[in-house]
Amino acid sequence: MPIVKTITGVGHRVVNAVWRIGIAARFFALTLTHSGSGFRRFGLIKKELFSTGVMSLIIIIVAGLFVGMVLGLQGYETLKRFGSESALGVMVALGLVRELGPVVAALLFASRAGSAMTAEIGLMKATEQISAMELMAVNPIARIVAPRFWAGVISMPLLAAMFSAAGIFGGYFVGVVQIGVDEGSFWSQMQAAVDFRHDIMNGVLKSFVFGVVVTVIALFEGYDAPPTAEGVSGATTRTVVTSSLAILMLDFVLTAMMFGGSE
Amino acid sequence: MERTKLDLWVGMFVVAGIAALVMLALKVGNLSTYNVSETYQVQAYFTNIGGLKPKASIRSAGVLVGRVTDISLDTDRYEAKVSMSLDKRYQFPKDTFANILTSGLLGEQYIGLSPGGDSEMLKTGDQIKKTQSAMVLEDLIGKFIYSKADGADK
Repeated sequence: MPIVKTITGVGHRVVNAVWRIGIAARFFALTLTHSGSGFRRFGLIKKELFSTGVMSLIIIIVAGLFVGMVLGLQGYETLKRFGSESALGVMVALGLVRELGPVVAALLFASRAGSAMTAEIGLMKATEQISAMELMAVNPIARIVAPRFWAGVISMPLLAAMFSAAGIFGGYFVGVVQIGVDEGSFWSQMQAAVDFRHDIMNGVLKSFVFGVVVTVIALFEGYDAPPTAEGVSGATTRTVVTSSLAILMLDFVLTAMMFGGSE
Repeated sequence: MERTKLDLWVGMFVVAGIAALVMLALKVGNLSTYNVSETYQVQAYFTNIGGLKPKASIRSAGVLVGRVTDISLDTDRYEAKVSMSLDKRYQFPKDTFANILTSGLLGEQYIGLSPGGDSEMLKTGDQIKKTQSAMVLEDLIGKFIYSKADGADK
């Protein structure tokens, strides 16, 4: 019966997906319970902060600058029709601080740092470094996974803030320096419209959530990768795809919870 | 990588991130204008507040003197009750007049205070008695059409 076969296939896929989510959740819980020793040896986290945070700085700042510049240009073109060019600062700042800063920074972070994390851990597994650690009675989750997790969680909000700041500077450059929007109204309208708690802190919260999700996905995919060359490359691809989709979906949910409807 | 160099880079990264956050908070956000300077709360009743929203500005002679904190419907008198917090530095007489005004033709609405001549000043919990409701564009157009129609009958 081909129908029964198809239905069984669907069921098999669903069960597998749920199974994987369950394993990932256990992995996340294990990471959290084993992060105590990571904080005692802060040097480990610092080393990971360098490779995830500092090395992502250039891509984040350059991307932020250009996103801000495009926002300034496009926003000006649209706002000009309504004669409200002076609201350009508001548009650039709110767009960046609420949405584009956390989301685009997290997408870049997933492809720049997340994929590297997956490949690194996957290769460690393929070359049996992780098994060697277990043999030496070193817990690989505490030694390898937890420091990377915390480094990602710490650097993501900082990177998102830098992205937004660079973007606002880019918008300022295009809007005020190039096009000639009034500088005073650019900044003052921005300050009047952007609320610290409602806009900026919610943006920081978003990027924190994205940091947790991206690093957990990257670490889990690496730890779970089949220890072969194809397995590692497949896991790296899955990291980028899954975390990008997770970021965009979670962004909708978070936005609906933070800003949705209620004025 | 050398240990001190690593520390330097990570330190620079964290400091730059925090600096970006502070810059967002002060230069972009309203934390600098969110002054925790002393305020006092007063209420006012309006028959119609139009499009007034919480956090709308309260201005006197065009100067920002406070913000609307809360808007609710008082079901005893079926009027809108607007709570506002005003900066302690600016004292207003008891018979101050509160108007709901619009900045520009279609801009956002705010409350304008025009001081009266009373020697006593408003305190926390006081009520502004003299208020004027928002100008609702639809009502104005409606009145205009009625008056035109009246004129055409004669």
